[in-house]
Amino acid sequence: MATNLEQLYQQIILDHARERHGSGLLEKTGPGSVGESHQLNPVCGDEITLRTVVDGGTVASLSWDGAGCAISMASASVLTDLMEGLERDEAVRLIDAFREVMRSRGTIPADEEVLGDAAAFSGVSRYPARVKCAMLAWVALEESLLAANS
Amino acid sequence: MAVVSPPVTLLPAEAPLANAEVLRIRNDFPILGTEVNGRPLVYLDSGATSQNPVSVLEAEQEFYEQRNAAVHRGAHTLAVEATDAYEAARAAVAGFINARPDELVWTSNATEAINLVAYAMSNAAAGRGGAQAERFRVGPGDTIVVTEMEHHANLIPWQELAARTGAELRFLPVDDEGALRLEGATGVITPATKILAFTHASNVLGTINPVAELVRLAKEVGALTLLDACQSVPHLPVDVKALDVDFLVLSGHKMLGPTGIGALYGRSELLNAMPPFLTGGSMITTVTMERAEYLPAPNRFEAGTQRISQAIALGAAANYLSETGMHRIEAWEGELGARLVEGLTAIEGIRVLGPRAGLPRIGLAAFDVAGVHAHDVGQFLDEQGIAVRVGHHCAQPLHRRLGLTATTRASTYLYNTTDEVDFFLEAVAGVRPFFGAR
Ligand SMILES: Cc1ncc(COP(=O)(O)O)c(C=O)c1O
Repeated sequence: MATNLEQLYQQIILDHARERHGSGLLEKTGPGSVGESHQLNPVCGDEITLRTVVDGGTVASLSWDGAGCAISMASASVLTDLMEGLERDEAVRLIDAFREVMRSRGTIPADEEVLGDAAAFSGVSRYPARVKCAMLAWVALEESLLAANS
Repeated sequence: MAVVSPPVTLLPAEAPLANAEVLRIRNDFPILGTEVNGRPLVYLDSGATSQNPVSVLEAEQEFYEQRNAAVHRGAHTLAVEATDAYEAARAAVAGFINARPDELVWTSNATEAINLVAYAMSNAAAGRGGAQAERFRVGPGDTIVVTEMEHHANLIPWQELAARTGAELRFLPVDDEGALRLEGATGVITPATKILAFTHASNVLGTINPVAELVRLAKEVGALTLLDACQSVPHLPVDVKALDVDFLVLSGHKMLGPTGIGALYGRSELLNAMPPFLTGGSMITTVTMERAEYLPAPNRFEAGTQRISQAIALGAAANYLSETGMHRIEAWEGELGARLVEGLTAIEGIRVLGPRAGLPRIGLAAFDVAGVHAHDVGQFLDEQGIAVRVGHHCAQPLHRRLGLTATTRASTYLYNTTDEVDFFLEAVAGVRPFFGAR
């Protein structure tokens, strides 16, 4: 059954939900400033604490601790892979691009060139109840970048 | 009077419910014939809200088409007919739990009914209600007791009452299986206890609590009792006099009625001694610019224009349930509940909350799936047309106590078949393989 379900839970998502890149908060060791954000979805209890180190305008490292559904956990994992090493401004652009896709109710397909593995979450935008799950880590990164800036 | 139409299906009273008859009952519920995601709807979320039979839908529509008028106000014919229909519904719902009509107060839902009592008690604490409201006064040195398995609706109003009055909120703990631990109960329910509020049947565990024992413990120390009957009144015969509780709350939408209507039962002498919560029109006798005198119960607690059509529809729901027979419904759902628990327990990686297979429970089961989050379980089932509830089911402290944050809950009602339960079980067996859970 190449079903709606398989479009929602693409293999990349299922794999990342198990592997969880970046899971486990890292203490800052090198240079740069740290930003941290805690996000909670009160509807389902999904939770994430995400820590970023920004060094010379670059997202130097990203780590997180979280509990939640496959979509929220996979999203945090994919985010980690995608963002590490990017310019801060580029990271913010990607967050905005991802949010636009998620809020589109399936009308805006993700550009794989831009969003990489995160394009696998396109199907989530058709399930308004799950958009928050996919966005959780991205909002946490957005906030922690601001925190690292201040 | 033709106010509340009889149920469409008339049934022999004694024969136990069986699939053949349940299939006929299903015809009374239009929504059960619909599809979800291209699959026939398998509705296993009646613990959250139940579906409505045609007789309930028609009662509400008939009111608006033929009798719509304000009740207890005005002398024109429509107003009289509306009032008659409204009060007949009150009598039907009161009779359904063996209460007198004047002991049944309409509220928006069970949550509002609990808040009504909690706010009446803090109004008493503030000196309202005079000497006769003494029993309801709470303050420093007093305790309010609940259990660890309560729905937030029967927890937070008491937290707030304690915070407003300086009383202390205490609770009866549950064990690892979710059963109430009563060994130390006399250390919690003490002469300082003003009220013991507890659920009859748990919306998460499916446990049926020992009401008689808890009422005895409360009476021994002179405490009031409030029973949250949201998950019992819809599913088993409930008799307030036999249970001997002081207050009981129920929600209409969980017992085939519409949303927006619930009820508070209170023993007559208590209701008439309790200061009102909401105040305004329709609950008074004499009003001056300085003060007002209040009607006796139930009207003293029904300020403002009431939920008339919803009350009438709930009356029709109570009649539908009565005519089907609550003993038969209880037995049928017991069967469905047992099938759920046995089937779920047999699936690898599933942990069912609450009483083990073979022990009494209402027809619901909440469970954890190892390696798969409840939201993903719910999404997986929804794709097959199966509606279940996922999350903490408004019982965060209980989930925390059991070491969980979210579970999946399947809850049945009189209109569910064993085939639906089996279809659900088969679907659940596919969850861990789909997500590659190890
Ligand atoms: C045990 C229990 N108590 C209270 C409630 C609250 O009911 P309502 O939201 O209709 O007021 C519910 C419903 O979710 C329940 O299951």
